[in-house]
Amino acid sequence: MSTKGKINSINGNMITVIVDGPIIQNELGFVVRGAERLKAEVIKITGDTAFMQVYEMTKGLKIGDIVEFSGEMLSVQLGPGILSQVYDGLQNPLPALAEAHGFFLPKGVVLDAIDFNRRWHFTPSVSQGDQILKGMAVGSVPEGMFKHMIMVPFNFNGEYTVDWVANEGDYCVKDPIAGIKDSKGHVTQITMTFEWPVKVPIKAYAQKHVPVEPMTTKVRIVDTFFPISKGGTYCIPGPFGAGKTVMQQITSRYAEVDIVIIAACGERAGEVVETLREFPELIDPRTGKSLMERTIIICNTSSMPVAAREASVYTAATLGEYYRQMGLNVLLLADSTSRWAQAMREVSGRLEEIPGEEAFPAYLESRIAEFYERAGYVELHDGRFGSMTIGGTVSPAGGNFEEPVTQATLKVVGGFHGLSRERSNARKFPSIDPLDSWSKYKGIISSEKVKQAHTILSKSNDVHQMMMVVGEEGTSVDDFVTYLKGDLLDSVYLQQNGYDPVDAACAPDRQSYVFDVIYKIIMDSYVFNNKDDARSFFVKLRQYFIDWNYIEFKTDKFNEQENQIVNHIKQSVAQEETI
Amino acid sequence: MKKVYNKILSIVGNVITVRAEDVAYEELAEVTTSRGKTLAQVIKLEADLVSLQVFSGSKGVSTDDEVRFLGHPMQVTFSENMLGRVFDGSGQPRDKGPSLTDNMIEIAGPSVNPSKRIIPKRMIRTNIPMIDVFNSLVVSQKLPIFSVSGEPYNELLARIALQAEVDMIVLGGMGLKFDEYMYFKNELEKGGALNRSIFFMHTASDPVVEGLMVPDLCLAVAEKFALAGKDVLVLLTDMTNFADAMKEIAITMEQVPSNRGYPGDLYSQLASRYEKAVDFDNAGSITTLAVTTMPGDDVTHPVPDNTGYITEGQFYLRNGRIEPFGSLSRLKQQVNGTTRKDHRAIMDGMIQLYAQYLEAEEKRSMGFRMTDWDSKLLKYGSQFEGTMMDLTLNIPLEDALDRGWEILADCFTKEETGFRSELIEEFWPTK
Repeated sequence: MSTKGKINSINGNMITVIVDGPIIQNELGFVVRGAERLKAEVIKITGDTAFMQVYEMTKGLKIGDIVEFSGEMLSVQLGPGILSQVYDGLQNPLPALAEAHGFFLPKGVVLDAIDFNRRWHFTPSVSQGDQILKGMAVGSVPEGMFKHMIMVPFNFNGEYTVDWVANEGDYCVKDPIAGIKDSKGHVTQITMTFEWPVKVPIKAYAQKHVPVEPMTTKVRIVDTFFPISKGGTYCIPGPFGAGKTVMQQITSRYAEVDIVIIAACGERAGEVVETLREFPELIDPRTGKSLMERTIIICNTSSMPVAAREASVYTAATLGEYYRQMGLNVLLLADSTSRWAQAMREVSGRLEEIPGEEAFPAYLESRIAEFYERAGYVELHDGRFGSMTIGGTVSPAGGNFEEPVTQATLKVVGGFHGLSRERSNARKFPSIDPLDSWSKYKGIISSEKVKQAHTILSKSNDVHQMMMVVGEEGTSVDDFVTYLKGDLLDSVYLQQNGYDPVDAACAPDRQSYVFDVIYKIIMDSYVFNNKDDARSFFVKLRQYFIDWNYIEFKTDKFNEQENQIVNHIKQSVAQEETI
Repeated sequence: MKKVYNKILSIVGNVITVRAEDVAYEELAEVTTSRGKTLAQVIKLEADLVSLQVFSGSKGVSTDDEVRFLGHPMQVTFSENMLGRVFDGSGQPRDKGPSLTDNMIEIAGPSVNPSKRIIPKRMIRTNIPMIDVFNSLVVSQKLPIFSVSGEPYNELLARIALQAEVDMIVLGGMGLKFDEYMYFKNELEKGGALNRSIFFMHTASDPVVEGLMVPDLCLAVAEKFALAGKDVLVLLTDMTNFADAMKEIAITMEQVPSNRGYPGDLYSQLASRYEKAVDFDNAGSITTLAVTTMPGDDVTHPVPDNTGYITEGQFYLRNGRIEPFGSLSRLKQQVNGTTRKDHRAIMDGMIQLYAQYLEAEEKRSMGFRMTDWDSKLLKYGSQFEGTMMDLTLNIPLEDALDRGWEILADCFTKEETGFRSELIEEFWPTK
């Protein structure tokens, strides 16, 4: 007999319910209104009153409406068939909803997250008598280009032995696929699918390691200057219009990982649509398959109910952990974590909790830390490795990085890609500020060289600042050359044209190659008679480099253009010598 | 027949409470006062205590006034007959025309399934170069015009309304001055656009709460027209007044304020309106332009700040110009690749040079010696401001691009522009 309750008050998406039996914190309940069943989650309990946030619009609800409790926490359905899906924050498949209900999102409709009738070709990988632990595979099915492991559900604590396993063949996800025996001899049947509560991290691995292997994104400024490691965490804070979402889109396309999960959390629907419509057509050069095959989209855009927004990042993290458990490298992109934090704030406000800074709840920091801690590079029980990298954008109010969400995030991440409005206003993209940003991870290029290049950048900036005060005539030619060197590095290496088919993705080998060329140029010393000579030398050089960026790597044209650069330098330097 | 209640327990700000049963959240009620009838909406239910916000304000409401629940949420009429008509903030006619009551539709309906959206690919030409060339407006886009009091933002809205290629216009005014309201009406009438327009007007002299409904009314009507195949342009002015009305109600309801007194759900509230902008597959579309005045010209003020994160770009209107920095149409890349080959290059290149001009201008104002390069930039800057930034221009995109090349050729050598060589070869004007 499950617990029931009646609504006693309604305020926005928060309801209080008088209950007639035991309830669990974070338990899922359904508000019954005619044929509609609205999902709601218990977030506070006092006496026989449950405070619940409703995952849908509460318009039309009445006092006394019945709430049925499920006895479970908010969970996601795990199993083959998740890849290339588009879900809302509660794992409802949006295309299926659209098919059934048209243009608009219906209220109180719950659909199966994966297709229970589809048959998958199962190949067992264990045999009777094998020892097995939670998270270990009993076999696999092909899901797109991946081997989807069929694993012992993660809540099976202790050691088990395989009692029986199904023969190779086609099965539905709910068909029994194996029986496993616990130490007391009790046999439990497992299928290809099981549920897992989203707010509980999956820890069915042997151990977590420090992330060391670079995860390349083909964005020069990231891979060379502010690299990310597989299993690491990073954040992209920036004021609106600075290009956060474009950064995320570019990363989701070009990052060298197996699976990308895009959590569009409280952002514009239009942005998801681009991914949604374009990914099926884009071919991943590494696999030759469509990008959509490696992508999962969790889409809870800004006009969708706010409570589901809070859940959506957890849903995304859980799906990521599930695929990591198969030995895959997963990248979770959350855009934007500020919207998620705001959802927490809205709920906290309705609970009338004592507000912290900017009315965010006091537990904001610990929630953010918990979320990023779900990333990691892990060793599985069978000795293989898997990783989940988390990159979250932050949308600080007023573009001010001192605000609570940015600060709490900076404390826990390993990389900081701060976007600056100045750079984006000057159309310098990606607008990652090269002087403010940092990363604790190791990249693809020797860190010593990167450090030297970075020094040139900051010296160049100093000279530029000084020139703003004392004017060009008050600057020595040497200083001026330093300024021009930094400017060159910035405009032809740090900046990248995301809309050009070639320049948009700069592979690691090309990055090292080009970096070496430009490194040599900025490390050399030059003698110029006056600033105009220096300027025209660098302006021409910049032009050659920009054209070079647009030419495909290692083609004849590419080599020709490189020769042009070399000749240009030779000639100019030769001139200096003859004078 | 719904029960009538005539015991109002409390009147705080524009919110009244009554004891009532079987009332739905966000249901509408009619309050009959000595001044006449007014609508009110349920905003909180607590056991049998019902809180309602009174649209025409609580001024003059007596504790024994009648409250009659209507059994439905806020609705508005929808038909072709609305074209050319003016309504007020509760959906009643404001002009002298007959009242329209058939085909009532609910406002603030559910949001569009993201998987049913399509990538916007159609540009809306406005024939204003600062928009068409540098920040093209795209069907289904939502864009605010950030401005300050005194700037000609309503004039700009009216120009766009007249020049933009759309089927119809829904104009929502919140806290408008009476003369601004008349200005819109006269301009659209003069331009012959009145018969394809619908107005929802809330003026500064109307009760504040009534303005809260204006965006929802506009968008509900626009949505129906869009589903019927029309490309609708929704113009809203001024969203800051809308946000302030929300703030007033939130404070009355003793909600914990998050930032400068605004409620914590300001972002979600604004987003649910802006996100109504859509391009329906095989049907029409909604494009939204909304004026947002920035108190104290401060873009970090919660209203413009939250808006900027929701919308697909923004236009800054300063000193009567659309400011080239900061102004951004996020969707422009969807359309400007197919207009003309040089469109993107002109768009980025001219702005980069203009940025350098501003630096040179600063140097000059500080009295530094001007280099040759600086003088070239100064010449460029004044030409750019004079011939491209003028908002009263009415020229097609292609002419505007040609003008751009002329300015460049007049001021610089080919290399100095930093443009790709192949474009320079094709478009550099030969004298």
